[in-house]
Amino acid sequence: MQFFGGSEISPSPPAPTASGNNAHMMYVFNRNGICLLYREWNRPLRTLSAQQDHKLMFGLLFSLKSLTAKMDPTSVEKGNLGVPQLPGQGCSFHSFRTNTYKLSFMETPSGIKLILVTHPRAGDLREPLKYIYNLYVEYVVKNPLYTPGTPIKCELFNTTLDQYVRGLG
Amino acid sequence: MAAIYSLYIINKSGGLIFYKDCGSAGRMDTNDSLRLASLWHSMHAISQQLSPVAGCSGIELLEADTFDLHCFQSLTGTKIFVVSEPGTMYMEALLKHIYELYTDYVLKNPFYEMEMPIRCELFDINLSQAIQKERVALLGR
Repeated sequence: MQFFGGSEISPSPPAPTASGNNAHMMYVFNRNGICLLYREWNRPLRTLSAQQDHKLMFGLLFSLKSLTAKMDPTSVEKGNLGVPQLPGQGCSFHSFRTNTYKLSFMETPSGIKLILVTHPRAGDLREPLKYIYNLYVEYVVKNPLYTPGTPIKCELFNTTLDQYVRGLG
Repeated sequence: MAAIYSLYIINKSGGLIFYKDCGSAGRMDTNDSLRLASLWHSMHAISQQLSPVAGCSGIELLEADTFDLHCFQSLTGTKIFVVSEPGTMYMEALLKHIYELYTDYVLKNPFYEMEMPIRCELFDINLSQAIQKERVALLGR
């Protein structure tokens, strides 16, 4: 293991490109809350340690999904607040925007959550997230050496992802 | 079909002080609206912590499948947020206008206790008028 020098979750920055990326960072979680991937391209401010940051992000998304399911004005029968929702059940949010960043979110039926944090003026990133999910399926899931539920350590996936994000919007 | 489904005002501690429902399907009882307001308050705060860049002031817009949530936070920490149809325009202007109504009819009311639920008739009347005008402008009816 040490001999092959697998990269850790806390990423080394990709090959330096002065142009910089359009996105700040990206998270991928599985349904149990394990952070499978955390890519950081441009993050001047880090308030918490990596572990706490991941947990906080997952917790925020879980609660926001619960909130949107309950607050849905078009559904008549709403579950109780705080009850875990199955992927795809109830109304889910796909993005939120603050004055400093925009967070785009996608959850697959298998419970894989993809999160992309970009600058606030980015457009609708649902299609790019679907594309990134396809990349995940092709490079990670179909990799026979990858164990599901463990952090992603596929160099090819990382490079393709970086390339794709660099080319966004 | 309303462009605006509901309106919430929460005080700086996260407690709900005003809730108006303008046409969402399904009932929302008082306890639920209180819980949702507090939950939003916490989410708003957490989103500031996760910002990659300094100077974040919290969520301004949340886009979901069937609704959008626009939030305005005043300098004093009072948050006004509105649940509307996806893609509704000019919500920021409406929120600022509602904040003005709040300062005129609630804060300047000598019988209003700070951070307490709002029970000001003039505020309700003017708010309904503002929402009605918004509906006419946006939907033409």
